[in-house]
Amino acid sequence: MDRPTTPIWIHRLAVATVLAVLALIGIGGLVTSKGAGMAVPDWPTTYGYNMFLFPISKWQGGIFYEHSHRLVASAVGLLTVILAVAIWMGDSRRWLRWFGIAAVLLVVTQGLLGGLRVTLYKDQIGIVHAALAQLFLCCVATIALVTSPWWHHYRFTPAQSRAAATLRPWFIFTTVAVFFQLLLGATMRHEHAGLAVPDFPLAYGRVWPATDKVALDKINESRIDQRDFKPITATHIYVHMAHRLGAIMVLALVASSWWMTRRNSDAPRFGRVWSNVWMGGVILQAVLGAATIWSNKAADIATLHVILGACLLGLGAAQCLALSRLASMFDHTVKSDDSRKVLKSSIESRVAAA
Amino acid sequence: MNLKRTLTATAALAAALQMVSAADIVGKITLKGTPPPEKDIQLDANCGKLHPDGNPKTKFFVTDGKGGLGDVFVYIKDGLTGKTFEVPAEAKVLDQKGCEYSPYVSGVQTKQKLAVHTSDPVLHNVHPTPAVAGNKESNMAQLPKSKDLEYSFENQEILLRFKCDVHPWMFAYVGVVSSPYYSVSEKDGTFKIANVPAGSYTVEAFHRKGGKVTQQVKVESGNATADFTIELKEEAK
Repeated sequence: MDRPTTPIWIHRLAVATVLAVLALIGIGGLVTSKGAGMAVPDWPTTYGYNMFLFPISKWQGGIFYEHSHRLVASAVGLLTVILAVAIWMGDSRRWLRWFGIAAVLLVVTQGLLGGLRVTLYKDQIGIVHAALAQLFLCCVATIALVTSPWWHHYRFTPAQSRAAATLRPWFIFTTVAVFFQLLLGATMRHEHAGLAVPDFPLAYGRVWPATDKVALDKINESRIDQRDFKPITATHIYVHMAHRLGAIMVLALVASSWWMTRRNSDAPRFGRVWSNVWMGGVILQAVLGAATIWSNKAADIATLHVILGACLLGLGAAQCLALSRLASMFDHTVKSDDSRKVLKSSIESRVAAA
Repeated sequence: MNLKRTLTATAALAAALQMVSAADIVGKITLKGTPPPEKDIQLDANCGKLHPDGNPKTKFFVTDGKGGLGDVFVYIKDGLTGKTFEVPAEAKVLDQKGCEYSPYVSGVQTKQKLAVHTSDPVLHNVHPTPAVAGNKESNMAQLPKSKDLEYSFENQEILLRFKCDVHPWMFAYVGVVSSPYYSVSEKDGTFKIANVPAGSYTVEAFHRKGGKVTQQVKVESGNATADFTIELKEEAK
């Protein structure tokens, strides 16, 4: 078991970084919701200025969102570097030190992707940028978790360890499903085509919408929006419907994880609390998803949906990590038992042979 | 010397004959069906000051209320194969006024200069987003009172979208065609493609929402008429 080797200020710094990343994801979500991703045409400068010296008087319209995103991203980058240095100096765990360095590489890659999205005019880079943001959040959430006093001092019984080993695969599967659901959401948002299906729970008044040419012509003809979105294609509708189906699947998986945790009398207490929060969060997320449609993708609601999605992924990752830690003790015991059995049978067979 | 004079006279005569045998294609675009209502554009504070009389509306269906449909791009789609056209020396102008592009729909010949001007006291970025390979996407800042930004496009594209990402309601649509034979319909639906040489052509009328319709037009002496009807689909009515 890990010894308590992390100074509390490193943990606090990690928590601050997590909050900053969540804020960054929120502002990034606003940039996409407001269609402001290209409002600053140059990078790494801002309208020819050093990014940090760009006059506030010029933060107009979409520039406000895009420029704020860049500034908060710079702050997150700086925090990540400080965190990595702090871990290297203040924590004895070798793997965590390199994990901190990996976080720095990830945030630098993320910054470069953001810049390339602007200079290469590629929507696809925006999707990768959004997906990597979620992974980066998981990365700093991991650091925050493993540097916490709770992580160092948590005590558990063999029965809890066994319960964690039972629950772990289910939570990992569910968390991966949440990630793929976020990928679908990011793909949908970065198509810049607005709402491909504007009604809910039905889709164009049907259970499954028509996607033939006549139907698409009708849809595009009647879309009147000042943002003058790109025309809806069949692919846009498929991705949108896949996100809806994905939501049902994630809801079912999280509910199953929650139910299994509740039913398992040996499940650790943190597992019960966290899965309760996860369950509540995913229900709220479903409501926000519906509200995003009912509000015609209002920027604030859509952005809340993005932030909560990130939180749910981060919480899922934290649960997987904590359960894996507990389960590893069970794995270790099983392996030890197996080794003992192998050794015992080997001795017995030798004795019998003699 | 005599040979040179003869050649010059022959060229002038040929040009004159072409003008004589050229005619206009005129017509009207009619919208069948009731378009969905336009919406007020929600401007930001800076652009709102440029519209003291109230916010402008979206311009998806520009009509005269009597069936005429404006902002339809009409051009000769077929019948000009093998012919090359001189690129006009003068630039077409696209203005940014009151945080809106003007004209909203226009045309330009391939390789012809398109000058994007700003009459606004606010900053814009000019972002053409072509969908046809060979036409270059770019994104340039344009400060108040700054020089016009100049663009030209290599390949035909109906319609090439310009946008401003600072003001996400600002769009313009430019029809890029390889010949000078194009027009944009007025609010009453009328249009004129001038000085078309005699021949048989496929003429296309393209509306961003209503789609496209084509018809064969034969140009002889005198103007040729080509009226188009763009019909809305059932659910848009």
